[in-house]
Amino acid sequence: MTPLEFFLAGTMSAATVFLLAALGELVAEKSGMLNLGVEGMMAISAAVGFVVTYQSGSHIIGFIVAGAAGIGVSMVFALVSITFLANQVATGLAVGILGLGLSALIGKKHESLTVTAPDPIQIPVLSDIPLIGPVLFQQNIVVYLAIVIAILISFCLNKTRLGLAIRACGENPKAAEALSYSVLKIRYGAVAFGGLMAGFAGAYASTIYTPLWADGMIAGRGWIAVALVVFGTWKTGRIFLGAYLFGMVSLGELVVQSFGVALPSQLLSAMPFIVTIVVLAIISSDRARLRLHAPYALGETYDGSEPK
Amino acid sequence: MQLQFERRDTPSKPLIFATPFIAIAITILLSSIMLIIQGKSLQTTFFAFFIEPFESTYALSEVLLKFGPLLFIAQALAIGFRAKVWNIGGEGQMIMGAILASSIPVYFTDSESVFLLPAMILLGAFGGMFWAGIAAFLKTRYNANEILVTLMLSSIALQILYFFLLGPWKDPMGFNFPQTVMFQDAALFPPIIFGFRLNYSLIIPIFFTIFVWIYMEKRFGGFQLTVGGLAPRAATYAGYSANGAVWKSLLIAGMAAGIAGMSEVAGPIGQLQRSVTSGYGYSAIIVAYLGALHPLGIVFAALFLSVIHIGGDYALVTADLPISSVHIFQGLLLVTYLSSYTFVNYRFKPRKTRVEEIESRLI
Repeated sequence: MTPLEFFLAGTMSAATVFLLAALGELVAEKSGMLNLGVEGMMAISAAVGFVVTYQSGSHIIGFIVAGAAGIGVSMVFALVSITFLANQVATGLAVGILGLGLSALIGKKHESLTVTAPDPIQIPVLSDIPLIGPVLFQQNIVVYLAIVIAILISFCLNKTRLGLAIRACGENPKAAEALSYSVLKIRYGAVAFGGLMAGFAGAYASTIYTPLWADGMIAGRGWIAVALVVFGTWKTGRIFLGAYLFGMVSLGELVVQSFGVALPSQLLSAMPFIVTIVVLAIISSDRARLRLHAPYALGETYDGSEPK
Repeated sequence: MQLQFERRDTPSKPLIFATPFIAIAITILLSSIMLIIQGKSLQTTFFAFFIEPFESTYALSEVLLKFGPLLFIAQALAIGFRAKVWNIGGEGQMIMGAILASSIPVYFTDSESVFLLPAMILLGAFGGMFWAGIAAFLKTRYNANEILVTLMLSSIALQILYFFLLGPWKDPMGFNFPQTVMFQDAALFPPIIFGFRLNYSLIIPIFFTIFVWIYMEKRFGGFQLTVGGLAPRAATYAGYSANGAVWKSLLIAGMAAGIAGMSEVAGPIGQLQRSVTSGYGYSAIIVAYLGALHPLGIVFAALFLSVIHIGGDYALVTADLPISSVHIFQGLLLVTYLSSYTFVNYRFKPRKTRVEEIESRLI
């Protein structure tokens, strides 16, 4: 593999972590639920996914259990913020703190152990094309599944009744209720979907992308996923592009080193966060556009009464 | 799960006081279940958490040592939280305060000047305010979400810390450990009791608490801040600025966190090193909430969480409990607090009979 192939192929793999988590958060936010616990959900799922994969030897079982763990944590968020009407921001933070603590506990006995990542797929002919082959046709199956899921979510949100119901809950829950949609059920469902996707993202990070468990390994990627939803102005296609951009940025370290440029490694490690802040400021400064695309009732507790 | 709530006409005063205790009780119950699952002894663990921190003067002094920074940051964060300014970057602001303050003893290793400590306090405050100020600037000028920005800034601050510790400020005699030289006595807060780590930096958070209490409760400025957060447009009509609330909240929090970071390097740690924040920036969020965002409540909440932190250290030894237990306990505490707080503003709706239901629809 040439360095360029390695970089582009790595970008796709790194981007998948962001993409999965951001897509889940997108659906939750479209229903009006701002879940800031993504980092915690990913951390727990990464730990659970790793431990299960390590013990069972099966990535599929690891993914299933990690997804279930993600849903489980997201249900804590849903219970507190939907049923008990608590502030979504504070609840998300609480779930995040809880998730990070639990992930350390779950992964404690497996600290620094590794699993083998499954072999990437091989497509006859296509995988052998120079440059395009290794980049596009020699990835792990999850990379492709993530893209398929992105397309399905885009279709579901924009073209189906379910998508309409989800968006209605995020724009005006009172009106959605008047149309006899159950805001409660739809929001629970959307949050659970977010948990499932964060679970897959965590499992992908700990068993395929970097197949090892280390406490704190999610390292802010959940937060970047939350930021990606804002970057993408709640549009699937742009979130997809954003995820790939961040996949590239997070590989910047390797590139710079391979070119022999002497930059402090800390600067490179901080780069994804610096880029997040800069892009966030650029996108957010267009207040009108942000207000146009953001779900109108995002982050607001719905207690069934008339909106204030 | 559907629960039927109806909004109370006014928030329930007794429940505001009861909520933290309800949350603590439920958290202890949930933790007990987790401990039993892990096969730990409940007796040993709870003894370590709630009795051992009070058993000796030394343990108590350690509790108060934790109390200072927790109280300081939580008080300042609560000002912002009440104004709905979500600064969750206390960690980063602490780190920047610690880095800037450390520059003095790192570059003036021999100085015994009495101005050393005051200069470090000022630099610590400036470091935290500068870091929080970036978020305030991006929020007010570019509308960038302060939750994400403060959080990202914390990750960046951590890398800046590593840069100094692994590079220019590394102690040449430190066996390659990522830490600076040990600071001279003039750059350290003197201990309150000789031989203990508890030092006079504790005075600053206590004065700050009194100040905040007067400011938020008795003065108009606190009211302006709260309105600016709760109803930005109403605040604008009344002539107060929502942007002002963002700047004030973030700068005050930055100052508090910066000085708290400085107090760590000029106190119990005595040098700049990787674990300079001990997670205070996150714990303070929980303290602020558990104290119902009230200056006095926060005092008790900070004390409680300090006991939990020290108790966690003891439980590590006596009950073989992993350090993450403290984080889990804190997370549970916030989750249960937020759930319980619902009953301050809401009560269960009495279930209507079929006839009443139809009647209410007719009306």
